[in-house]
Amino acid sequence: MARYLETDVLIIGAGGAGMYAAIAAATAGGEVLLLDKSVIGRSGATIMAQMTVAAAIGEEEPDDWRFHLNDTIAAGRGLVDEPLARILCQSAPERIWQMEEWGIGWARSGNHITQAHAPGHDRNRCVYVDFLSTGPATSRTLRNQCRRHDNIRRISDLTITDLVVRNGRADGAVGLYLETGEPVTIAAKTTIIATGGLTSLYQRNSASANMGGDGFALGLRAGAALIDMEFVQFFPIGHLAPRLIGMDPIMWDPFRYKLGGRLLNGEMEEFTQNYGTAEDGKYVITRDTATYAIYREVEAGRGSPHGGAWLSFEHISEADLRAAFGPVIDRLADNGIDLTKMPIEVSPIAHYHMGGLRVDQTMATDVANLFAAGEAVGGANGANRLSGNAITEAFVFGELAGRSAAEAAANTSLPDVRDAAGPYLAVIEEAGGRPEPDGGTSPTAAIADLQSILQRDVGPFRTGDGLTGALAAIAELAAELPLMATGGAMAFNQQLADWLALRNMLEVARTIATAALARTESRGAHQREDHPGLDEAWTCNQIIRRDNSESGGGITLSRAAVRRLPGPEGAP
Amino acid sequence: MNKPHLVHLKIRRGGPDQPARYEEFPFEFEDGQSVLDALRWIRGNRDASLAVRFSCINANACKECVMRIDGRTGYACTTPLHPGDMLIEPLPNKRLIRDLVTDTLPPDER
Ligand SMILES: Cc1cc2nc3c(=O)[nH]c(=O)nc-3n(C[C@H](O)[C@H](O)[C@H](O)COP(=O)(O)OP(=O)(O)OC[C@H]3O[C@@H](n4cnc5c(N)ncnc54)[C@H](O)[C@@H]3O)c2cc1C
Ligand code: FES
Repeated sequence: MARYLETDVLIIGAGGAGMYAAIAAATAGGEVLLLDKSVIGRSGATIMAQMTVAAAIGEEEPDDWRFHLNDTIAAGRGLVDEPLARILCQSAPERIWQMEEWGIGWARSGNHITQAHAPGHDRNRCVYVDFLSTGPATSRTLRNQCRRHDNIRRISDLTITDLVVRNGRADGAVGLYLETGEPVTIAAKTTIIATGGLTSLYQRNSASANMGGDGFALGLRAGAALIDMEFVQFFPIGHLAPRLIGMDPIMWDPFRYKLGGRLLNGEMEEFTQNYGTAEDGKYVITRDTATYAIYREVEAGRGSPHGGAWLSFEHISEADLRAAFGPVIDRLADNGIDLTKMPIEVSPIAHYHMGGLRVDQTMATDVANLFAAGEAVGGANGANRLSGNAITEAFVFGELAGRSAAEAAANTSLPDVRDAAGPYLAVIEEAGGRPEPDGGTSPTAAIADLQSILQRDVGPFRTGDGLTGALAAIAELAAELPLMATGGAMAFNQQLADWLALRNMLEVARTIATAALARTESRGAHQREDHPGLDEAWTCNQIIRRDNSESGGGITLSRAAVRRLPGPEGAP
Repeated sequence: MNKPHLVHLKIRRGGPDQPARYEEFPFEFEDGQSVLDALRWIRGNRDASLAVRFSCINANACKECVMRIDGRTGYACTTPLHPGDMLIEPLPNKRLIRDLVTDTLPPDER
């Protein structure tokens, strides 16, 4: 690995958004460098998604992107960045057809692509790949397309630790090559952050190990604005126990849609009726009520053994289970789970981040030559995301960011960042030069501590006291950070990688808690127990920026009007 | 929470230029827990310097956690723990990077 690399377009993160961006940028011409902190196309959320992708392709029944847009705006509870959502919905069909051309193999019935219904959509709109293979098929297809472009250089195991900013312009990045422990400097005409979401900040999550929100911290330190950081989507009945491998932890959602099922507390009693929703074996409870009811039962000492609720399908026959979920029943059996004989445990888990980097309609951040794509972008889904919109977002924003970045690169000369990289490289070197702890915990253990803090106090239900306490606890960990040991020089030093991840996680955790504390209302995914109910005065976005004027680098929070479309899009 | 079983993991440690060295870690577990669960616990609670490649943890989607387990090639995240001794080693037919990590990347991704 060379220690100094040059490229036209640098893409940080190789999930659905990063790979799509790479293909678009390479097609537009120019050299592309596509990096991932783990393995290209394998390590983020994209490959793990098993459900659906929303796009108004009108195969199953007549549809129009405007209907999709209306649903997206309604779900976002007043906070959707409408121009971004419009791009999302309008370009979605084109991307779905392009993926079809590239051989993804969307599930079909007869001569048309099948479109399933998902909650919040006004019609059958969601495409998928059988059986529960949407994410793997997406990754395979995009990886293959990337390989076909000689001008896309791909590098795995390269963690970007900072962007190199000169005169307010992003001129590249520095990072750590994990295999050898060498620091690497990259000069780039333009850069795209496609690092995905932040759900591994929470103890209970659907995340891979690489979803600690690096891109938000990279952008923040570089001077970019973050939007809607308080809106983390929790999924109420994520799988908790027994251990289940090879399945999407949100898989019980389709089970409940098809088969109902019963939610029970630790005493094996139905409880949702005590929170306003009697279910009678049907799936009628809303996500926020389910989350609230489960939290309350656990708090009252009536949780399931692992601290969630039971979900039982024991009253449903084997034949009915098989008819509905065929091969999935065998995969459950491989995990020792027989739904006719045992309930499973479920709990709210962090699943997706609505907030993120603020971009304009070309996916440009407000730092020159810096773009963002995919889940790293905030705003398009407002306070709550419709299911199926996230992969669509990765495709659409990825493609657009790739094109925009290539275009901007064509008008930019290659920067030389050898000198400017110095202070950023020093962070890696300093961290790497601390084999022994000067006290405090190891970064690996501290990540677990941070996850429990966020789960408890910055999770689906929040209070002013809890958030204030969380901010203090985050600050305490941040103060320990400079003392934490990183193992010294060695190949594949994950302890150092954990330290670098924790550095970002702490910064990002602070933005979530700060924005959540300020928003004294409950809306969408942000629920304040001490401020129940939506407050019209809060129909605005919160913007966070780094405040470099303060010593130690604070953050500033401000409000911004929600971007609206000039007129109603209306029906087609 | 009840952790009824005990496994002793014998893990091969070290890099390509070092003699093979085995370290033993006891781990208490419950039914259904995987080899990866134990390795992650060791990293968090006993020895953060243990090198082990993984990303998806539960999904068995990334395929990064491939290694030798009791002499057979398998995924750490899908191989259940069993009581007694378990032998955990890097893949023998790939270039060793360190501990359980071997060079499994496609050649055009480096
Ligand atoms: C289990 C699960 C199921 C889901 N199911 C669905 C679904 O059915 N439908 C739907 O629409 N959405 C679903 N989602 C959400 C959706 O999958 C994601 O929002 C989307 O795939 C994000 O794509 P992305 O490319 O932005 O990020 P990712 O796919 O997460 O890729 C980001 C990449 O960036 C890399 N990276 C991070 N930091 C750095 C760094 N500092 N340096 C270098 N590389 C870095 C990571 O390793 C990763 O490979 C699901 C999510 C999960 C977790
Ligand atoms: S950790 Fe992803 S397949 Fe094992």
